[in-house]
Amino acid sequence: MKTIYFNKFYKSFNILSGILIIASLVFLVFKGLNFGVDFKGGTLIELRTDKSSANITKIRDSFNQMNLGDVSVKNFGNETDFVVKFEKQNSNDSQFIEEIKTKLSNSIGTVDFRRVENVGPKVSAELLRSGVIAIALSLAAMLLYIWIRFEWQFSLGAILALFHDVIITLGVFSVFSLEINLSIVAAVLTIVGYSMNDTVVIFDRVRENLRKYSDIKIFELTNISINETLSRTIITSVTTLLALLSIFIFGGEILKGFSLAMILGVIFGTYSSIYIANPVLVSLKVSQRTIVKEEKE
Amino acid sequence: MLYFSKLRVFSVLIFTLIISYFTISNFTKVDDEFFSKNIKLGLDLQGGSYLLLEIDNEPVIIQRLQSKVLELKKFFKDKDIKVRNFVIEDKSIIFDVENSKIEDVKSLLDDDKSEINPYFQQYKSHQFKFENMDTSFKLEFSDYGLVLLKNSSLDQAIEIVRRRVDEVGTNEPNILKRGNDRILVELPGLDDPGRIKSLLGKTANLTFQFISISSEGSFGTEKLKFEDGSGEAVVSKRIVLSGDNLMDAKPTMNNQTNETVVSFSLDRVGAKKFGKATSNGVGKRLAIVLDGKIISAPEVREPIIGGNGQISGNFTFQSATDLALLLRSGALPAPLNIIEERTVGPDLGKDSINAGIMSLIIGFILVVAFMFYKYRFFGLIANLALISNLFLLVGILTLFEATLTLPGIAGIILTVGMAVDANVLIFERIKEELKNENNSIVAFDSGYTKSRTTILDANITTLIAAVILFFMGSGPIKGFSITLGVGILTTLFSVYFIARLITAYYVIKNKHKEKLI
Repeated sequence: MKTIYFNKFYKSFNILSGILIIASLVFLVFKGLNFGVDFKGGTLIELRTDKSSANITKIRDSFNQMNLGDVSVKNFGNETDFVVKFEKQNSNDSQFIEEIKTKLSNSIGTVDFRRVENVGPKVSAELLRSGVIAIALSLAAMLLYIWIRFEWQFSLGAILALFHDVIITLGVFSVFSLEINLSIVAAVLTIVGYSMNDTVVIFDRVRENLRKYSDIKIFELTNISINETLSRTIITSVTTLLALLSIFIFGGEILKGFSLAMILGVIFGTYSSIYIANPVLVSLKVSQRTIVKEEKE
Repeated sequence: MLYFSKLRVFSVLIFTLIISYFTISNFTKVDDEFFSKNIKLGLDLQGGSYLLLEIDNEPVIIQRLQSKVLELKKFFKDKDIKVRNFVIEDKSIIFDVENSKIEDVKSLLDDDKSEINPYFQQYKSHQFKFENMDTSFKLEFSDYGLVLLKNSSLDQAIEIVRRRVDEVGTNEPNILKRGNDRILVELPGLDDPGRIKSLLGKTANLTFQFISISSEGSFGTEKLKFEDGSGEAVVSKRIVLSGDNLMDAKPTMNNQTNETVVSFSLDRVGAKKFGKATSNGVGKRLAIVLDGKIISAPEVREPIIGGNGQISGNFTFQSATDLALLLRSGALPAPLNIIEERTVGPDLGKDSINAGIMSLIIGFILVVAFMFYKYRFFGLIANLALISNLFLLVGILTLFEATLTLPGIAGIILTVGMAVDANVLIFERIKEELKNENNSIVAFDSGYTKSRTTILDANITTLIAAVILFFMGSGPIKGFSITLGVGILTTLFSVYFIARLITAYYVIKNKHKEKLI
């Protein structure tokens, strides 16, 4: 196969990544994330209307009259399905949902409540905390693992790549106000695993090549390693993306956010293994001595 | 790496077949408990209700402190120590002791063998901790004392919750403790939890108290509202009888008034108490109080001696049934708050299953087609490994009766996508080895050997993510972490045993062929 000179573009892509990360952070800090009821508390109702004549405006109007706080209504999948979210949650009142249903049927006709989620403020705060802990813990565990398996220069590269992927994926969610719920946390954790996986495959090869060739500079060596593992990188990303696309397109509305986050994560993860992890090795001037020294100790 | 003993081949085959059997058992009916296992569907797939209840322990703490005050008074009186000014404030008891006895009180409270403040050796903690300022003592539950109290009220509450849920008769409810003040109730198949919620939301503290003739605010009385909102009444604080003495309760029709009532029967002690109270109270009105609200307050026309009675109060048949159910199941030790509710209707669950299976099939076909396009014959081997991987994965989930959720299905599909990675790593490595090695057996062998660490590394990283998710995630997300984690194990098995076995067989048969892969 023809060699592709990935290393020619290390600098330019690093600048691009830097810009993306800064932009993501700016969005995350100033715009924030669109937390769903899992993390914000409140009520979510997925409803199906009888006729397609019931439109968003009508539904929003009838909910606004019920004094439920901030109401958001969105179409969900097809024309007759909607997701309604509002701040008020009153799961202790057993009639709460029933009353909403009655009022709604009076104004827009028969509705079917397909899903109701009611999360109190205490629970949502806990879910948010355990979500953040889970992500932090997984990053820490990866750091530990890579630290045991590789030299510190490699660990730094892999961890930077991880942060890159997680921050940019969340940045995309912030820019497009996509909802962050429990399944997004699961997606982020899987992304962390995938991105690490992808980086480790290339790093293993870099280390192997470092042992093999003492006269090749790390700048060249990373490119050789990337090329040698390239067809694996492509095939695995493609099969994973095929599976994820299938979930995204056919898996129903509930899994849309999850699969989208994963798709983004796989793309960024593949990219960062090449363009974040490897340049770090180059700028840290990793050489044969790096690994030989380590092995002697 | 390419040599397999006959025994090994045999055991791999048997293991794969047995596990795969459980995958198939999901679609068949067998009359045997062990062999007819089915994968358990999560509430998001079969529809149902998930309720998280939290006990409000404050009333229990206050109640315990009140009885502790009585206990303390008696205890110090017996010891001839004068104590006064008992106040319960901010979940603690405050009282004063005469000057000369301060040290005595201290040692009585601080002793390892203290009767009034039990010491728990194994936790190195008293039930109460105290502070002393001059003559004033402040007593409050120690951390361990609080845990003890919470645990006991949780144990009681979970029992009552179970009785109430069982009485309503939903199928296979799942009731679990969560921490030391929460109860998780899962109700499969229930798409309208309104009734259960209203039943669990009531403490169901039933008391019988006489309506007081004296005016409001006089000593030993309290003002209570009527349940139907028709006003208030002043009742005596003295409790004639409480729900504890109730043996049975059921909704019946009163023949004279043609009204739905709840008739109840009392145990022996209760019957005696009730008989005595009603004989003394003929002509008075007896208020029936549930959770601090008066249901009704009929006049006592004659002594009720047999231990049977009726509660009237404008009931519909449904509300009488519910009240009877609450009375039968007993009172909760403390009020329960529903702090999280998730309900999925059965048809959404069905839609989710269909969508999940649809995307699994399509994802599977795409991956299999791609692998065949890329590797031809070896693609077939990888695909065979993928199929057995799927069978093993679902089989293991079934065998351990794991719960399959919608994110869990997503985890299976993701496994399909990622599982080929290991075989790809191996095949690519073999291709490289073949460039410098003429002996194909050696090339295959070193292809397997050299890719092994990388494959382990790559899978361990994903496994770490799955394990953390398993411990931190809840509900549906847990289902995802299970399928993802088990998927990694079955992937490694299918790659290193099944795919390698076939590869080895093929390579040994065709070792002289050009361009094997």
